[in-house]
Amino acid sequence: MTGLDFSVLGEYYPMLLMGLVWTCLLCASSIALSLAGGVPLAVASISRNPGLRSITRFFLWVFRGTPLLLQLFLIYFGLPQIGIYLSPMAAGIIGLGVHYAVYNADVMAAGIVAIESGQHEASRSLGLSRGQTLRKVIVPQALSNVAPALGNNLIALLKESALVSIITVPELTLSAQRAISDTFRPFEFYIAAGAIYYMVNYFLELGLKRVEMKTALYR
Amino acid sequence: MVRLVNVRKRFGDNEVLKGINLEVLKGKILVIIGPSGSGKSTLLRAINHLETIDEGEIWIEDVQVTRPLKGRQFEKHINRIRQNLGMVFQHFNLFPHMTVMGNITMAPMLLRKIPRKAAEDAARRLLKKVDLIDKVNVYPAQLSGGQKQRVAIARALAMEPKVMLFDEVTSALDPELIGEVNKVMKKLAEEHMTMLIVTHEMRFAAEVADHVVFMADGVIVEQGAPDKLFQNPAEERTKRFLAEVFK
Repeated sequence: MTGLDFSVLGEYYPMLLMGLVWTCLLCASSIALSLAGGVPLAVASISRNPGLRSITRFFLWVFRGTPLLLQLFLIYFGLPQIGIYLSPMAAGIIGLGVHYAVYNADVMAAGIVAIESGQHEASRSLGLSRGQTLRKVIVPQALSNVAPALGNNLIALLKESALVSIITVPELTLSAQRAISDTFRPFEFYIAAGAIYYMVNYFLELGLKRVEMKTALYR
Repeated sequence: MVRLVNVRKRFGDNEVLKGINLEVLKGKILVIIGPSGSGKSTLLRAINHLETIDEGEIWIEDVQVTRPLKGRQFEKHINRIRQNLGMVFQHFNLFPHMTVMGNITMAPMLLRKIPRKAAEDAARRLLKKVDLIDKVNVYPAQLSGGQKQRVAIARALAMEPKVMLFDEVTSALDPELIGEVNKVMKKLAEEHMTMLIVTHEMRFAAEVADHVVFMADGVIVEQGAPDKLFQNPAEERTKRFLAEVFK
């Protein structure tokens, strides 16, 4: 048995760093997709149009009810069967982004419903259409009200991004694994990867705190 | 300017407006009084279609609010009408995520396509009028009730409406703040703004109204000049209400 020896990290430091860069790119893109996709899904899931509402809710239900790993497999290994070929990175971004767009949509929809009717009335009485009212008055308030819950989703997204290593995106977890298969030092590299994830999360949380402080201004 | 013809409105089995006929002339101030549940707020909200009426017609000048249009077309029609009707609510309903300036300039910039600079200049003029020029960049949460309501009036005025609708705008205010809001409304009265005011403030009603309408149980019981209606009401129901209020 050999004891812990973190000096092996030195040689593989560039590899882990590249993994970190991939993880950051992957997460930034998926977060953007999950937020941008969450808003229309949220609005559609509480639409007055029963057809649109049902279809959206079915979509949300399917994506919430199945494992992310399975969804990644479907996108990366399944889609080529019908002629759609995606790079591992693209498949990873879409998989993570859509999966969390569904969670975000849930939170956002609750936020939209919670805005009091007086806000709708004031906006409509000025002559804004229903869509303009949503865009200018309701959604911005809803988003800042649910910012803490959205933040939790984004932190979960960051951690779950490790799953994407399985479809060969060379992100942090996969980089650590590759280093391990070279060195047979799982402990050191998994701990190092864990520490890096923790650090990224720390910065993400700092960012989220700032967003929350900004929206607290008007309460 | 505003004309209602046989307006009826039901909430389930409860008929809250039982055939209302009413006319407001240009530049005049109509005040609607009456006990809670008499339908006066519903009447006001029907005028800009926040409530859908079941029967009758509502006209603003020569445009019918209740035009029989379908779906998107009606939406467009009603949005255009609402741009000419300013409404002020009991609970202010300012947009909490926008500054005072943002609250006032949003609709003119979005709907009338007024450039930011011009919209902000106009907003400053309005804020001077309601005596809040020092609150331009403040969020509504930092304002008192009376200040909020004055911003709400400025927000409605920014669309340069032809008619202003006031729905119990001082009912949610502390007594000492009512005066500042009433003062702004009097200023508008002096400028000959056409106004419909639903209120519980009888003294204020007597002071500003050109015409007073007393409603109870979904009908207009009595209407006339404020002197006549307050000093010498004809109907038993009106007498009872006024006696109750001035007790």
